[in-house]
Amino acid sequence: MDTNDYLSLFIDESREHLQAMNDNMLALEQAPEDIAIVQNMFRSAHTLKGMSATMGFEDIASLTHKMENVLDLVRNGKLRMEEHIFDIIFQSLDALEAMLTDIIGGGDGKLDVTQIVTVLQQIAEGTYGQSSGSQGNAVKAAAATGNTDVARGMLDQLDEYQKTVILQSIEAGYRTYIIRVVIRQDCSMKAVRAYMVFESLGKCGEVLAANPPVEEIEADQFDYTFTLVFLSELEAAAIQAVVMNVSEIASAEVQTVTETELVQQMPAGNVSHRETAAAAATVTTDPVPAGKEPQAGSAVQKSSQKQQAAAQHRTIRVDIEKLDSLMNLFSEMLIDRVRLEQLAQEVKRSDLIETVEHMGRVSSDLQNIVMSLRMMPIESVFNRFPRMVRDVAKTLHKKVDLVMTGSDTELDRTVIDEIGDPLVHLLRNSVDHGVETPEERLKAGKSETGTIYLRAFQSGNHVIIETEDDGKGIQRHVILNKAVKNGLVTQEQGDAMSDDEVYQLLFASGFSTAEKVSDISGRGVGLDVVKSKITSLGGQVIVSSAPGRGTKFTIQLPLTLSIISAMLIKLGKETYAIPLSSIVETAIIKREAIRNVHGTKLFEFRSGMIPLISLSRLFAVPGFNEEEEEETEIVIVRKGERLAGIAVDELIGQQEIVLKSLGKYISNVTAISGATILGDGQVALIIDHNALMK
Amino acid sequence: MGEMIKTIVFSIGSEEYGVEVEHVQTIERMLPITRVPNTPDFVKGVVNLRGVVIPVIHLASRFGLQESEPTDQSRIVMIKYGDLEIGFIVDAANDVMDIDSDTVEEPPEVVGGIRAKYLRGIAKVGEGRLLVLLNLSEVLKKSEIIQLQQMED
Repeated sequence: MDTNDYLSLFIDESREHLQAMNDNMLALEQAPEDIAIVQNMFRSAHTLKGMSATMGFEDIASLTHKMENVLDLVRNGKLRMEEHIFDIIFQSLDALEAMLTDIIGGGDGKLDVTQIVTVLQQIAEGTYGQSSGSQGNAVKAAAATGNTDVARGMLDQLDEYQKTVILQSIEAGYRTYIIRVVIRQDCSMKAVRAYMVFESLGKCGEVLAANPPVEEIEADQFDYTFTLVFLSELEAAAIQAVVMNVSEIASAEVQTVTETELVQQMPAGNVSHRETAAAAATVTTDPVPAGKEPQAGSAVQKSSQKQQAAAQHRTIRVDIEKLDSLMNLFSEMLIDRVRLEQLAQEVKRSDLIETVEHMGRVSSDLQNIVMSLRMMPIESVFNRFPRMVRDVAKTLHKKVDLVMTGSDTELDRTVIDEIGDPLVHLLRNSVDHGVETPEERLKAGKSETGTIYLRAFQSGNHVIIETEDDGKGIQRHVILNKAVKNGLVTQEQGDAMSDDEVYQLLFASGFSTAEKVSDISGRGVGLDVVKSKITSLGGQVIVSSAPGRGTKFTIQLPLTLSIISAMLIKLGKETYAIPLSSIVETAIIKREAIRNVHGTKLFEFRSGMIPLISLSRLFAVPGFNEEEEEETEIVIVRKGERLAGIAVDELIGQQEIVLKSLGKYISNVTAISGATILGDGQVALIIDHNALMK
Repeated sequence: MGEMIKTIVFSIGSEEYGVEVEHVQTIERMLPITRVPNTPDFVKGVVNLRGVVIPVIHLASRFGLQESEPTDQSRIVMIKYGDLEIGFIVDAANDVMDIDSDTVEEPPEVVGGIRAKYLRGIAKVGEGRLLVLLNLSEVLKKSEIIQLQQMED
């Protein structure tokens, strides 16, 4: 099998399973007695084991195998989830993640996990054999006393429909058998042997159910043993012969199921098992070790997977490159559409105009869909945070609850890819510098456990992400002292600064407030990196704080990065675009309303004075100077709390524009964030108002 | 006989220049150019080449030569060099030539006012006809743009 084709699938699914296990572990920490959670984890670990073994990643397989052993003991009530078990499993998950990362990076997923494996082994063995007759451990009991109960347990797993089929078959003269097939341990392709068993049985009857389910058997996810419910006219001995005919089969037990047994099964379905009359009860020489896949587990898996399937949407995985090229093609079409609209206006033929208008509506819908394809819930970024916050808090001996809301908020894929690191940084900061130690909190009259809120929500054309803690807040004097020490501001400047201005110093390059360098934060990468990252995504970050009560970072991000609404303006003969999201309003002011203060032009706007920015001067535009005009049209733009007016020659109107880069050769042009192609094929530059308002 | 170099030949003023054909994507007639403010003089702006925004520079003024007025013969030679895509405005482009690498000589210090570092060599083609081969990595060096920008500031 060429496993390369499946590698990306394997990576995706392994990620999901690792995430699920992490989530489950966190849930389990809150409710250590909840066996259902352990079941979920066991399933994930088991699937991961099967997948990685198939793909040839032996280290992952063996580590998950050991994890399974421990989890198996826990879910069978033989082991209590104690702190050291949590820790070792978390460590295992980290190791698995590291291996997966290695595989993603093209490596072979090898990692020395001997230590973890040893500890897991000790945990598993330390309690192994203490209570072999334990009630909860039906599976192992079955393995020890014969396989009757396991086999009979199959009947429990049958659904009503299957039972009806069996009853009808019995009436029609068929017999029902439970066949337990054991494949030889040295068999290298057990899935193939299993398939051959199915194949030969299929010729003389009908396989009604299998445990583990057929899909898992086909995917090689079973431990040399599987059990079947089989309908046939043949005698038990004949069926056994059929199965044994397949090579590399160690043993095949065939048990007959009587009608009465089935009927008894029908109403309750969960009655405990009786001793059977026809039990062949040949004990296999293969006692199921603690961690070997107990069949009951897979059966549970089967039924719960069914439930999940009903709730899930039907989806397909699509290569991201295809989505990108779809986006590009759509962008080109959008440009042509604008061009068509212009032509239709010129030609003035009503049927042409109608068609173009209809096309316009269709392409708007199309645009919405194409854009939504690129949108991903921010969950994929958020879901690693609970674990991270837990670890950081634990290292620092703090108690922290992370409350996340709005993880279904959707953002453009590009933003999702980039936003993770800044958020990690902010959250680490919150745990490290924000939330106090339990003692400090108690002293301050707060509850011992600090709370960090992580919220995401949509607001207009933006997505807002907030991290808020109820810690000690930002202390103005600490920041100022540091800033003065680092030469960012002078003492006098600092004293004159407003609180907000002081908080902004946090984002200054090379600023780190940690009084002592810790492992968690303060490793030289400061909030300035967070800010530059978010700015490069077209967003902004604001900090607000109440001393003693907490700190809040607010990140504002554009919904999408590739198609935006913009206002087109003219300066002389040149056309520019200003992103609509930054525009507050447009206005006309008379020349005498503009005042010169210290060489800066100001004008009155809503009972405040705001600066007037002259693009014609800044861009040295030929053929236009607003100073020669009696009345100037202005576009009022906003950056954070601040407003400014941009003087323009003429407002053309609003349009959806496709963002294009200027090309590598002339990147970083002052106050130009990119370019777009207009309907007439001309390139228009997009104004970066943030740079104008520095 | 040395290796044959397939070269696109274009002219600026009275001189003929050559660029290896593998670096040339297309040759376009003049396109509407959008000026980009606050860039050096030789950066004429950006053009829309079938949906892609590409910067164009005037090769003559890049070399500090007199820029000529665009004519019917003016062309934009679209270059792709590494990950840079860029258009060269030239006075004419109308030939493809195979050049024997043996005929390429080291350029003298200054050729027609162009400093030697922009040139890879000079090839003799035919009777008294000289072809100047461009050293694209020098012509396209970004650090020079930045220096020039700083000088303007």
